[in-house]
Amino acid sequence: MIVNSKRTQWLAPVAVMLGFAAIEVISAHAEIPLGERRSGYADLAPDTKAMQDDDTANPGMLWVQDGEALWNAKSGAANRACADCHNDARTTMTGVAARYPAFNSKLGRPIDLEQRINLCRVERQQASAFAYESKELLSLSAFIGKQSRGEPIAPPTDERLRPFLEAGLEQFNRRQGQLNLSCGQCHDDNWGKRLAGSLIPQAHPNGYPLYRLEWQAVGSLQRRLRNCIVGMRAEPYDYGAPEYVSLEIYLMWRARGLPIETPAVRP
Amino acid sequence: MNVRRCALLVLLCAATGTVASGQGSLRPYVIVDDAIPASLTGTRGDPGRGRAIVVARQNTCLLCHSGPFPEERFQGNLSPSLKGTGARWNEGQLRLRLVDASRLNAHTIMPSYYRVEGLNRVAPAWRGKPILSAEQIEDVVAYLATLRDE
Repeated sequence: MIVNSKRTQWLAPVAVMLGFAAIEVISAHAEIPLGERRSGYADLAPDTKAMQDDDTANPGMLWVQDGEALWNAKSGAANRACADCHNDARTTMTGVAARYPAFNSKLGRPIDLEQRINLCRVERQQASAFAYESKELLSLSAFIGKQSRGEPIAPPTDERLRPFLEAGLEQFNRRQGQLNLSCGQCHDDNWGKRLAGSLIPQAHPNGYPLYRLEWQAVGSLQRRLRNCIVGMRAEPYDYGAPEYVSLEIYLMWRARGLPIETPAVRP
Repeated sequence: MNVRRCALLVLLCAATGTVASGQGSLRPYVIVDDAIPASLTGTRGDPGRGRAIVVARQNTCLLCHSGPFPEERFQGNLSPSLKGTGARWNEGQLRLRLVDASRLNAHTIMPSYYRVEGLNRVAPAWRGKPILSAEQIEDVVAYLATLRDE
């Protein structure tokens, strides 16, 4: 993506809107034009769409319910619940998942929503951090994410995020693994085609954590990213690695404007 | 290798500037224009084994390609059908396209099936190993060369 090229002229106003003077990051791949961006939902089979749409049929809602119980449960040495500080998530958490990852001044780096939850666990509740992919962390992030359902993804206009955004873009287009593939070769260049029997989606992060039929469970974006990395026969980063956060920053920027669907259902 | 063959090899290398010496455990090969004319193993592959290699899921061919495999339900459509491949390319051209297609198009999505260098973050289980062995490459070349009907 080169700002000066004709096909990316639309980027200029978006960059200004995001508070970036210019996005000068180089890639061999053409980003998907904003008008052609589509959630993975658009290509679901009708019965899978119905499963996502109906809260009584959506298995992800079981995690959301568990998350609501955790939200209200006192925990840790501070004997404090999320709700004791944040009150009713239905109002205070609206739109939060749509603007993460965010820059954390104290840490001097961006953090994702799960890391934000665990910071509260450790610092405010004086409790132990939840493990990645634990039922608790998935449930709380599903519950918080669900409060943004329907909200458009709105990455923060924070100049401090910019180097991480650029790192994420670079990662997205870096070839890796024995198969020597990049994310962009499938999800920018070949979305809509079939990899063996599977439709290649545009790879937007707007439904996480989500219920994946293949997993028979709710899982995080990091789990899904690791699936693709393993598929490329590359070595996945450890859970919580900064590489996942910068990749998520780029994916959220790439999906800006798409509505949050948490908890989504995907094949 | 006798002196005359050596001299020929040097001449070829000088003409094309594209000798790939052996990487790690891989056998050396010589690229001439857009082809690797000589068998990697020195012998012809077996087309029957080659077909079995192409349709086996772990070898990744049918993730992207379709072909004359009526028994295979899931075939990809990212890349051209393998039908007629043998009419479009000779064996040497097929061999280079399998061994390292990126030498012909740096942006190709086609993996290099016989290469272990210049790769990033390869998982430990695959590190230092090509996707296919030299014998498998030759079997697949022999099979693809039989696909002459468009």
